[in-house]
Amino acid sequence: MTAALRFDPIRLPEKCEQLRKEVRAFLADEIAAGTFDPHKPNREDTDAPEFSRRVGAKGWLGMTWPKKYGGQERSFLERYVVTEEMRVANAPTRRFFVADRQSGPVLLKYAPEHIKMEILPRICRGEICFAIGMSEPNSGSDLFAAKTRATKTDGGYLINGTKIWTSSAHIADYMIAIFRTSQPTKENRRHGLTQFLVKMKQPGIKVNPIGQITGQYEFNEVVFTDHFIPDDHVLGEVDGAWKQATSELAYERSGPERFLETYYVLTELVRAVGPNPDTRSAEGIGRLVAQLHTMRRMSVSVAGMLEAGKEPVVEASIVKDIGTVWEQQLPHRVRDLAAFVEETATNRETLERQLDFAIKTAPKLTIQGGTTEVLRGIIARGLGLR
Amino acid sequence: MAESDNIVVETAEKIFADLADPQTINNDKTNSWQAPLWQALSEAGLPLSWVPDDLGGSGASLADGFALLNAAGRFAVAVPLAETMLAGWLLAQAKITSPDGEMTVLPASPKDRITIDADGALSGRSRGVPFARAAKHFAVLAHGKEGVSIALVDASKARIESGLNVGYDHSDTVTLDKVQPVSIKAAPKGVDQTHLMLMGGVTRSLQIAGALESMLDISVRYSNERVAFEKKISKFQAVQHNLARLAGESAAALAAATSAADAIANAKSFNDEVYLEAASAKIRCAEAAEKGGGIAHQVHGAIGFTMEHILHRYSLRALAWRDDFGSESYWAVELGKLVANRGADELWPLVASR
Ligand SMILES: Cc1cc2nc3c(=O)[nH]c(=O)nc-3n(C[C@H](O)[C@H](O)[C@H](O)COP(=O)(O)OP(=O)(O)OC[C@H]3O[C@@H](n4cnc5c(N)ncnc54)[C@H](O)[C@@H]3O)c2cc1C
Repeated sequence: MTAALRFDPIRLPEKCEQLRKEVRAFLADEIAAGTFDPHKPNREDTDAPEFSRRVGAKGWLGMTWPKKYGGQERSFLERYVVTEEMRVANAPTRRFFVADRQSGPVLLKYAPEHIKMEILPRICRGEICFAIGMSEPNSGSDLFAAKTRATKTDGGYLINGTKIWTSSAHIADYMIAIFRTSQPTKENRRHGLTQFLVKMKQPGIKVNPIGQITGQYEFNEVVFTDHFIPDDHVLGEVDGAWKQATSELAYERSGPERFLETYYVLTELVRAVGPNPDTRSAEGIGRLVAQLHTMRRMSVSVAGMLEAGKEPVVEASIVKDIGTVWEQQLPHRVRDLAAFVEETATNRETLERQLDFAIKTAPKLTIQGGTTEVLRGIIARGLGLR
Repeated sequence: MAESDNIVVETAEKIFADLADPQTINNDKTNSWQAPLWQALSEAGLPLSWVPDDLGGSGASLADGFALLNAAGRFAVAVPLAETMLAGWLLAQAKITSPDGEMTVLPASPKDRITIDADGALSGRSRGVPFARAAKHFAVLAHGKEGVSIALVDASKARIESGLNVGYDHSDTVTLDKVQPVSIKAAPKGVDQTHLMLMGGVTRSLQIAGALESMLDISVRYSNERVAFEKKISKFQAVQHNLARLAGESAAALAAATSAADAIANAKSFNDEVYLEAASAKIRCAEAAEKGGGIAHQVHGAIGFTMEHILHRYSLRALAWRDDFGSESYWAVELGKLVANRGADELWPLVASR
């Protein structure tokens, strides 16, 4: 038996390349029209709702979903191309990305038909924003310590408790959350959590912003006080959310967004260094590009596994581990190399502004979407050590 | 070991399993295992995998040959299989028939150069040539007035200074002093020293990745056997996390190496995209050898530091293979120059080309 994990060198099919050209052209037009500034990662995203609708109109949201729900029935590989082009261009994707990547697929799998018919087409049109309600003040890595209660009442449930670190809750229309519907059992401490579809901006939900060290406000505390959720908003099996949570993870963890969040500093370093770099800069850039290329090939390979209907949980964890550790150290390596950039480099100011922001961003990268320690635990399990 | 539906790899793995068991090799201080192994590999036609039938080889595809090299890496075999394959490939580029027996290639470093004199004799020096001492012939890439040529040279005509790499394998300095080749022909367009170095680099990458696969295997196994503080050490979280990182390094090396092999096997020409793949593989695999090998030794404690244990057969070879056909820092500088030269806005299109 071999413990080694293989990432087959799959190649993106021809139709992906055509699509890539379309996405690049679209983004170039948006940049020219002033929708967003690709060199300004700390963006305000004022036009983000309109941008989302235009991406939806292109058919680039819910791309892999059935047509009857507004999807395009295209491949994961095509979706992959759209994601990486958006990410590399620093496009304002926050509003639609969670719904497209995660919430939509959960609804597809677990929501009743009439809810699918109501919500999925709206996601595809780029009209609505989703948040993920997993973490609580005493439940982050240890998801199964979640305490926020869903108490059965007439025709639905009453929710009481607090979610925290909820990205985009302040702009979200919906949240997919896990709540405690019963106590864990002796045999299974994961038992007793249920997944719900929560409609935001309703009575009994209060969203309090939490500032981040980057100076941005992206995540929030969400307080539930006797908030009512109707029965048909239960997603999947009551008390069985733990079984549902793991298959989501491969989607969340292996995509290009898991190693490209600070990519922009590398491009700007190459620009600042110019066409004839000194040896130290050349070596630094060469290594970073080799590492980036390798991760991307692994990530494309996982997209191929998803396309083939597999659930590559361990492989996805490896890509996230290597990817986020890389994107975390990238701004520091670039800072190191930028020390040798000429004062006169035309983009020096942009590079410095970007480095400042990327260095502040870096600490979160190995935490969001599952910490590095937790991922390594999953990989260790995959190796048969636990 | 990994199952394979590839007949070339299956054949090789069977031979390795029968004749190149690492423990047996380790115990054999006289190297008497080498002759039967080489004979079996030769009878199966494996050293000349990349040589077409009409030039004396077995005509396997580039892809099959690459997979075979990865398997050889998993066994960390120390016979000139990879070197003979490369030599045969190089000779075949110029339609020169491969002779029987062990071969290796010159130069083995991007900075060394062999030149063609006016009378057609070859001169120059190449350092770090793997298995030069064991080779009967050299496949040589040489530069002359007319451009690049490929030559077959009788090894006994060369001066060889013995050396050993950190993996205790032959790594010799070969000097050609006006040596008349057995045959010499112009290299086809596109086959130059860079091309040869990158082919060699990908060869070494696949071997390093294979060695890491085996290091991961034996480290996981060892951690499940060794007991300390009344527990298997695999139950300690710190050890688990180290092994998870080793798995990541092994997976990254294998992904980079197989991707580069796939790129070369399907390439129409040796363009920037193929260059990115091949150079990246050598850089990333070398980094993985350093990080991954370090972890494998850490997990094994003192026993893994002994000559009795098989770990060093993989770890030291993986480290040694970093040096052949251009080290990771050499390729990083070259790749960095290429990227800088194409310009900032061409970086992503290059990375996202496949
Ligand atoms: C930018 C950002 C956005 C986020 N967005 C969302 C969101 O939208 N929705 C949401 O639900 N959550 C979100 N999170 C929360 C994120 O999922 C949690 O922060 C994460 O799961 C870790 O939980 P914690 O912060 O409670 O840390 P803890 O669980 O307290 O962990 C603290 C440290 O201890 C380590 N640790 C904990 N348990 C173990 C263990 N068993 N073995 C080894 N080490 C361990 C952790 O790895 C970590 O290093 C976001 C976080 C960030 C930073």
